[in-house]
Order: sequence, then C-alpha cells, then structure tokens
Amino acid sequence: MNALVTENVEKKFANHLALDNVSISVPKGSVFGLLGPNGAGKTTLIRIINQITAPDKGKVFINGEKISSKHIKNIGYLPEERGLYKKMKVGEQALYLSQLKGLSKQETLKRLKYWFEKFEIQSWWDKKVEELSKGMQQKVQFIITILHKPELLIFDEPFSGFDPINTQILKEEILNLRNQGATIIFSTHNMASVEEICDHIALINKSKKIIEGPINEIRNNYASDIYEICFDGYFNKLESTLTSDYKILDINETMQKTKMKIEVLNKNIKPNDLITKMIEFGNINSFNKHLPSMNDIFIKLVGETNSQTE
Amino acid sequence: MSKIGLIIKREYSTRVKKKTFIIMTILGPILFAALMIAPALLMQLEDDEFKKIAVIDETGVFSESLISTKHIEFYDFSAKYLNQETFEYDLTKATDDLKDSDYYALLYIPSNAVFNAKGSVILYSYKQPNIGIKMHIAHGLEKKVKDIKFQVTADDLDINQEQISEILRVANSEIQVVTNIIDDKGEIKESHSEVAMIVGYISGFLIYMFVFMYGSQVMRGVIEEKTSRIVEVIVSSVKPFQLMMGKIIGVALVGITQFALWVVLTIGLVSIGQAIILKDFDPAKLNPNTTEIGSELSPNSLIPDEKAIEFEKIFQAVYSINYFVIIASFLFYFIGGYLLYGALFAMIGSAVDNEADTQQFMLPITLPMVLGLFVMLTAMQNPNGSLAYWFSIIPFTSPIVMMSRIPYGVPYIDLFISMALLVATFIFTTWFAGKVYRVGILMYGKKVNYKELWKWFRYKN
Repeated sequence: MNALVTENVEKKFANHLALDNVSISVPKGSVFGLLGPNGAGKTTLIRIINQITAPDKGKVFINGEKISSKHIKNIGYLPEERGLYKKMKVGEQALYLSQLKGLSKQETLKRLKYWFEKFEIQSWWDKKVEELSKGMQQKVQFIITILHKPELLIFDEPFSGFDPINTQILKEEILNLRNQGATIIFSTHNMASVEEICDHIALINKSKKIIEGPINEIRNNYASDIYEICFDGYFNKLESTLTSDYKILDINETMQKTKMKIEVLNKNIKPNDLITKMIEFGNINSFNKHLPSMNDIFIKLVGETNSQTE
Repeated sequence: MSKIGLIIKREYSTRVKKKTFIIMTILGPILFAALMIAPALLMQLEDDEFKKIAVIDETGVFSESLISTKHIEFYDFSAKYLNQETFEYDLTKATDDLKDSDYYALLYIPSNAVFNAKGSVILYSYKQPNIGIKMHIAHGLEKKVKDIKFQVTADDLDINQEQISEILRVANSEIQVVTNIIDDKGEIKESHSEVAMIVGYISGFLIYMFVFMYGSQVMRGVIEEKTSRIVEVIVSSVKPFQLMMGKIIGVALVGITQFALWVVLTIGLVSIGQAIILKDFDPAKLNPNTTEIGSELSPNSLIPDEKAIEFEKIFQAVYSINYFVIIASFLFYFIGGYLLYGALFAMIGSAVDNEADTQQFMLPITLPMVLGLFVMLTAMQNPNGSLAYWFSIIPFTSPIVMMSRIPYGVPYIDLFISMALLVATFIFTTWFAGKVYRVGILMYGKKVNYKELWKWFRYKN
C-alpha cells in the first residue's frame, strides 16, 4: 500500500521545465528520502503534493485517492525556508496555524499543552516569536507541523539550524511518528542522515527522476567488488600472490592485524576465491562487501546525468 | 469558523491591538478637534492682554479717531518727538524709547496718510502685533479718511454729507445668487453650492486617504508574510486567494473601525471642547466685521440679527443636503475604491522581496489616484462638465470624483453606471491580482518587471 503516488507529473514554468514525467511511490509507513541537487525540482514536487501548485500533466494520489482539498488536513509540511509571524505570540500563532489546518480550538489547546510540556517550553507561550532564537523558532514550527496528526509528513531539511542534541531529539520524534503509522517524506542534502533514517529514496536531477527504491537495494546495486577485510596472518606473502586481478585500495597494519580494502577487478573472480587465497596465509577476522555511501551514489549519479545532458 | 474567517479575524485583531493603531485612533480626533476649535480659541485669547500704544501723528487729525477700548489704549506722543527747530519728527528716538517702555507698539502716521494712505502708516513693535490690533487701527483711520474725503468731495460737488451717505447706501447693493435645482419630477429645491463643495471635497479626500493608508497596509502585510516565509506554510492549508482576500477584508474592517472611532471621538471632543472652552462662543465673532473692536467703529457692517439669519441659512443648507444618498454612496465608494486598489496593493506586495522594491510598481496606482484628486478640484467648480462626468464614471477615479459631484445632485443613471462599473472592475482587479499573487508569494530573489507579472498572470494554477 502506498501512502503517496505521483504519476507522470510534469510542471512547466514559462521556458523552464521544472518536473519532467516524475513518478514516485511512497510506501505507507516508510521514511522516504527525496534527494537531489539544488534546483532539481524537489520543492516544486513538494508544492504539488501540498496542492500549492497544480501539475500541468500527471496525477497525484494519496492513499489511492486523487488529491483534493480534503487531503490538506492529512498533510503536515515543514518547508525548508521556515518562518512564523515575528510579532505574534507563540501560543496564538500555534493556535491560528492549527485551526487553519482544520483542528478545533479545544483540541489544539490540548495537544499544544502536551507537546509544550514534552519539549519543556511552556514558558514560551506568551513570548513573541522574534524573542526566540532560531533553533527555538524551529522547534515551535516542528510542533505546529505535526500537531494535527497528519498521515503524511513532509520535512524539507528539518535539521538545519539545530544543535546535535536537538537534532537527536527531532530524529527520535520523527521515527516515533513513523512507528505510530505516519508516512514521512524527507528532503535533505545531508546524506549521512539519509542513511540513518530513510528506508526508501528517490533521486531527482534536472527535473527527472533518476532512481527510486529501498535504500539497501540501491546501495547493493551500486556496490562495486570491493571488500573490507580484517586479516590476521602473513600479509607480505599474501600481497605477493595477488595478481593484477586485484587492487589493494587501503591498508592499515597494526601489531598483528591488518585492515584492508581490496577491489576485485576481474568479474570472474568470486569472493570465495579471494577467501581461499587468504586462508593459506592466516585467519580472516571479518570479511564484508563494501557498500557505497549515499554520498558516493549521489555524486556518481548526478555527475553521470549531468555529463549526458551536456 | 471558516478558514477565511480565521484569516480575517487574525488580520483584524493583530492590527487593532497594535500600539500605532491605538495612538492614531486617539490622536486623529484630537488633531481634527484642534483644527476646528483652535481658530476660535485663538481669537478669544488675543483679546485678553491690555496694550498701550504710542502714537506719532504728523497730520494731527487722527487723535480722536483712534478710540481706546478695554484692551487697547492710545497715547499721543506727537509733541514729545517734534524737533522744534527742524519741525521734523524724530522717529529713531521714538523707536529707541519704545524698547524699554511698557508700550506695546508705536504707531506712526505720516503727513501724507490722508491722501496717499496705502502702506504709509507704520506700526512699530518688538513683538508680532496681532491681527485684531491692526484691524482696529485700520478701521479707525479708514473712517476718518473717509470722513475727510467725503467732506472734500461734498465741498467740490456742492452737496452735503447726508446726500453722499444716501448715494453710498444706494450704491452698496450686495447681491446673493440663490441656486435652485429642478429635479426630474419638476420639483424645485434650493441648493447650496458652498456647502455641497465642502462636503464633496472632504468625502473625496477621505477616500483618497483611506485607499492609500490601508492599501499600503495590505501591501506591507503581504511583504511581511513573504519575507518571513510563513506564506508557504499558510498556503499549504488555504488557497492563496483566500489568504489575499482575508487580508484585504480584515484590513478594510480595521479601516472602517478606525474611521467610525474617529467620527465618534471627533464629534465628542468638539462638543466637549465647545462646552468647556467656548462657553460664550458665538460663531458671528469669527467674522472680523463684527468683532468686539470692529463693531464700535464700523456702523456700516451688518447688524447682528442679519448675521444670525445668514448662519441660520447655512445650517439649513447643511441639513438640506440629501444625507442618505451622500452617506450611502460615501460608504459604497469608500469600500469599492479600497477593494479595487487593495487587490492591486496585495499584488505588488507579492511581487517584491522588500518594501524598497515597490516603488517601480506604485505608479499605476498613484497616477489615477492623484489624477482623481485633481479632477475632483475641477469638478467642484463644474460638477456636470464632461471632465467631471467621465472621471466619475471611470472606475479608477470614480470613487474620488463622484463623491465631489454627489452633493450637487447626480442623476441616478450616472450613479448606477459608475457603481456598476466599479463593482465589475474590482472583481476584475481582484481576479487579476489573485492570479499574480499566487505565483508571486512563492518567488524569491527575482528582479521583477511588468513582463514578468504578465507571465505569472498567465501561469496555469
């Protein structure tokens, strides 16, 4: 079951094609990373999902239904460029924005009380937003985004401007929401946090979707034959038997153990062949296939598509 | 509450609670009241101080015509400053002496004052003498000069003074033109152009002010939402058009509230002011001919009874105006004009990143508004001329120009066409502005020009 599906979405601005035939499927209950370099079209896609703009072509479905204004209350959106009314008090503002989402006043007050207590920020209620620091403002905005318990949450760079402690708190809250059944779309440039919390991703570059799928599958698909090995034995002897089919990328020798990265250049050689070779000279403590980081995949894919179009 | 209702409520309550709103609401009526009461008040204060005035009269004929009152007393120093040898008056010494004396001023009447009086009589003073004293002296001297001239002319023509007075009385024939308007049904009504002019001017000007004041509040509000980036959160909950209309309507309600408070407070303040400060205030006093000083010296002026009748007439005129039509159409054009321009102000706000960039787009708003104001001034003199007619039909100027025509009486068909066009146009501008607005509020860091706005307008949703 998919919480959100976009089907061949296209959006044109004057002479510029912002989205070209973009189809993504966000599984229910997943944390879905929407990745792409600046200006790729992510924000436009997010705005289309939020019904801020409409696509020129293509369709968007939420829980299998074509999107309409009744879905607005099911979506929570934290835009990258965050902002609140500076002169308005925190409490009033939270109340106003939640009521705009269709929440009743009593219900809003009840939930706000819960979250303000949880984050220990009750004393901010009567403060004007401009009196708060940037991080504090973001915290308030985070609460406002999730207050109406949306089924679909869209976070655009949610961690920017937070210190490590608050980033951790926020990460936990996001995963909590996922565990309670919410689906989360997560747009960021921070690939480390993508690896950490996303289970699915889609990569958009130059208005087109390049790749989409479960993150582990993608990392496996893009893995080259590199192995991370911890070896306990006669490394010198091993090294002399390695032919040109192998390439040692990285080596780190300690007292007895040797940590190394070996790339297998010949496609016919299987990992087992390497292992057989190695056990002649010593013991293997660990043997892992090296998975490329999301960062590497991102750079590789974006670089490839860019050189194709040029 | 509906979403647009929530937006209106927020726009209204945040503005009404602002300090500037409260200060403006209180200061406005105080200023208006001061403008209305101050002249009368000053008139009264002037008379309080007792003043001695020294006189050097070279002609020797005026001493009796300068009559002392309870506030002014004249002392003849002609003899003191006459140089016995040269038979000239030492004016320099006299002005020097004035400095340390308790005399308020020195009046110098040169020998040619009778037959070449213009500008030759001088009042020396170390303070700015008030207008009352000047008028009092002028009246006194004029009467004497008149008498002497009468005498001379009477002698020349060999007639007596009474005959001259009779001729003057006959010649002095003031004519007042009463304007009567015949309406469609053939009924004749007395009209009062002066009062109509004032009512028209004030209402036209108020509309002009209102549109600019509250229109730019809408614009600033939009810019605030755009620069603080909250707009993206809001438009994920409501349609941009709802947000724009909510703001325009909310600010309009603020304007109407402020205006209503101004009217109530001004009326309150003026009546309290009149009751306390001007217990014995008589509007007739404002006319220089009938001031306390003048009345003693100018028997030719209107007697108080006539003056009272005159005022009575003005009050009648004020009441005879068709207030229902004026107030109803004032409210209509007040709101209609604001709505027409309010959407355009919102559109400009959406197109720019900060207030400084608004200048380039303000011309299409300022130009018709200022034009309307100028045409209004002409229309007050010729309310049924073709200039006034067309500008009161064209929606971009009609709120101002039509208001200056209405007090004179406007055919209902004109009023209907003008109002219908205004409604049609504000629906159009709101629709147009809404389309530009929804794109503009999400555009940042772009140098925008009219071509760009047109492009935005044509974007599909």
